[in-house]
Amino acid sequence: MAAWLRKLKKDIRLNHVIYWMILPALCYFVIFHYIPMYGAQIAFRKYAPGRGIWGSPWVGFENFARFFSSRQFGRLLGNTLILSGLDILFGFPMPVILALLLNEVRQSGFKRVVQTVTYIPHFISMVVICGLLVDFSLTTGLFNKLGGLFGLPAVSMLSDPRYFRPLYIASGIWQEAGWGSIIYLAALSSVDTELYDAASVDGAGKLRQVWNVTLPGIAPTIIIMLILRVGRVMDVGFEKILLLYNPSTYEVADVISTYVYRIGMLQADYSYSTAIGLFNSVINCVLLVVVNRFSRKLTETSLW
Amino acid sequence: MLRTKGEKAFEAVNIVLLSILVLVTAYPLYYVLAASFSNPAEIMKHTGVLWGLKGFSLESYKYVFRYPMVWIGYGNTLVYVLVGTAVNTLFTALAAYGLSRKNAMLCNFFMVLITVTMFFSGGLIPTYLLVDNMGLTNTRLVMFIWKMAQPYNLIVMRTSFREIPDSLIESATIDGANHFQIFWKIAVPVSKAVLFVIILFYGVYHWNAWFYAMVFLRSKSLYPLQIVLRDILVANDVSAMTEGMVGMDEKEMIGATIKYAIIVVSTVPILCVYPFIQKHFVKGVMVGAIKG
Repeated sequence: MAAWLRKLKKDIRLNHVIYWMILPALCYFVIFHYIPMYGAQIAFRKYAPGRGIWGSPWVGFENFARFFSSRQFGRLLGNTLILSGLDILFGFPMPVILALLLNEVRQSGFKRVVQTVTYIPHFISMVVICGLLVDFSLTTGLFNKLGGLFGLPAVSMLSDPRYFRPLYIASGIWQEAGWGSIIYLAALSSVDTELYDAASVDGAGKLRQVWNVTLPGIAPTIIIMLILRVGRVMDVGFEKILLLYNPSTYEVADVISTYVYRIGMLQADYSYSTAIGLFNSVINCVLLVVVNRFSRKLTETSLW
Repeated sequence: MLRTKGEKAFEAVNIVLLSILVLVTAYPLYYVLAASFSNPAEIMKHTGVLWGLKGFSLESYKYVFRYPMVWIGYGNTLVYVLVGTAVNTLFTALAAYGLSRKNAMLCNFFMVLITVTMFFSGGLIPTYLLVDNMGLTNTRLVMFIWKMAQPYNLIVMRTSFREIPDSLIESATIDGANHFQIFWKIAVPVSKAVLFVIILFYGVYHWNAWFYAMVFLRSKSLYPLQIVLRDILVANDVSAMTEGMVGMDEKEMIGATIKYAIIVVSTVPILCVYPFIQKHFVKGVMVGAIKG
C-alpha cells in the first residue's frame, strides 16, 4: 500500500498536466453523479426538511415496503414493462429492417434522400413532438382528418386510454427508426462482399442472402444493442409520457419514473420518491448484468 | 452483373416501401409548415390530405412574434446553447485527451467511474436536493454545467484522441511541449471532425432540453424556449397569445395555426444547419459504436 502510494505520488508529479486536464470533468462527475448516489440513502430515512438528508431518522426498508404494498405498485410496474416490452418488440427491429432495406438500394441519390428525411425527426425536440401529437390527436386534428378519409369516426385520442400505447410506440418509431439505423448501416458496410458472390453462385436468392449472409454479419451489433436496450427496460421515455399523459390515461400511461416525478417534485415526498427511483435503478442494473452474462454464454458477444 | 427477375421485383418492392416511409415521415412536418403559412379559417374547415398552402397568410406569425415570452425564451435558449455548449465541449475534450493517454496511473479507474454513471444514478430527488443545497436552483449557471460532460460524448472524443499516433506526441514532448500545448496544437486540429460532432451533440441537447429546466428553474425570465413551447403546445393553451381578440371562434380558429407557426420558428434553426452537418453526425455515431 505504501509502495503503491509512493508510486502514485511520483505518477501525479510526472503527469500533473494530464491530471489537471481531467480534474474539472472529474469534479463534475463526483459532484453531480456520485454525491446524489450517496444522497440516495434518504430512501432509507424519513426525510424531514429541517434536518436535511444527513440528519433525518433512519427507517430501514419502510419506504420500499410502503411502495410494494401500495395500490399503485402493480399498475406502475405493469405499465412500465408493457410500454418497454412493446417498444422492444416493435421499435427495436425497425432500425434493423430499415438498414437492411437501405443496404439493398442501388441508386445512391434515392438512398441519401431516405436517410436525410428519416434522420430529421431525431433532432426535433420532445416538446415539439408531443405538441404535435397533442394537436394531431384532437377531434379536429390531422389523425382524425386522415382517418376521416377512411370513414373512421373522430375521437379525442389522447383522452382515450385505448390509443395511448399505439401512439406512444408509433411516434417513437417515427422519431428514432432512421437515426437508429445508422449503427446497423455501419455494421453492414463491413460485411464481406465475397460472401454474397459465393452465396449467389450457390443459387441463393436475395432473401436467402439476407438471411444467411447479412444477418449473421451484423448479429454482434444487434446483440450489443439488444443488451443495452434490455438493460434499460425500466427506463421508458418518461419525458414523453410526462408530456402526453393526463389523469384520464393514467391507468395505461403512468409508469414508475413519472410516478417518481409526481411524488417527489409535485408532492414533495422526497424519501418515498427516492425509494421508488432506487428500486427502478437497481432492477435496471441487475437486468443489464444478467442479460450480458446470458449473451456471453449463448453467443460469445458481451459488453464486458 | 446479370440480374434475375426476382431481384428486380425485390428492388421495386424495396423502393416502394422506402418511398412510403419517406412520405409518412415527411408529411406531418410538411403539414405543419404549410398550415402555418395558410389562412387560419381555411385550415380550420379543411379535411383530408393537405397538398399545399390554403390561402397564404402571415397572421399566425404576427401573433407568435408579438408574444413576449417567445422572445424571452429564444434569448435564454441562445445563451444556454452558446455558453453551455462551449463549457461542455471544452471540459469534455480536455478530460477526453487526458484519459486517452495511457501513461497516467489513475486513468483506467477514472474511466470506470465515468462509465458507471451511464448505468446508475442517484435519481431525481437526490440530484434536485443537491442542486438546491448548492444554491444553484433557479440560476443560469445550472443550465450551463448540468450536463457538463456526458459520458457518451467523452468516450467518443477519447476514442478519437486515441487514434493519434504515440510517436507524434512523443516527438512533441521531446521538443519541450507539455500536454496542454499538445492538446491545442495537435490533438484538437487532428480530431477536428469529431470535435465538431461533439459541439453539435451538445448544441442540440441544449436547444431541446426541457425536463431539468422545468425541475431547476422557477422564474419565467429564465425559461428556455422549450418550456415556453410546452406551456403553449402541450397544455394546448394559446390564450396568453390571443389576448385582446374578441370572438371565441376567432381565437379557436387562429389557435391551431399559431401553434404550427411557433413550432416552425423554434425548429427551423436546427433543421437549417442539419443538412450541412448530417455526415458529421453519422460519423459521431459510428465512432461511438466502434467503442461500444
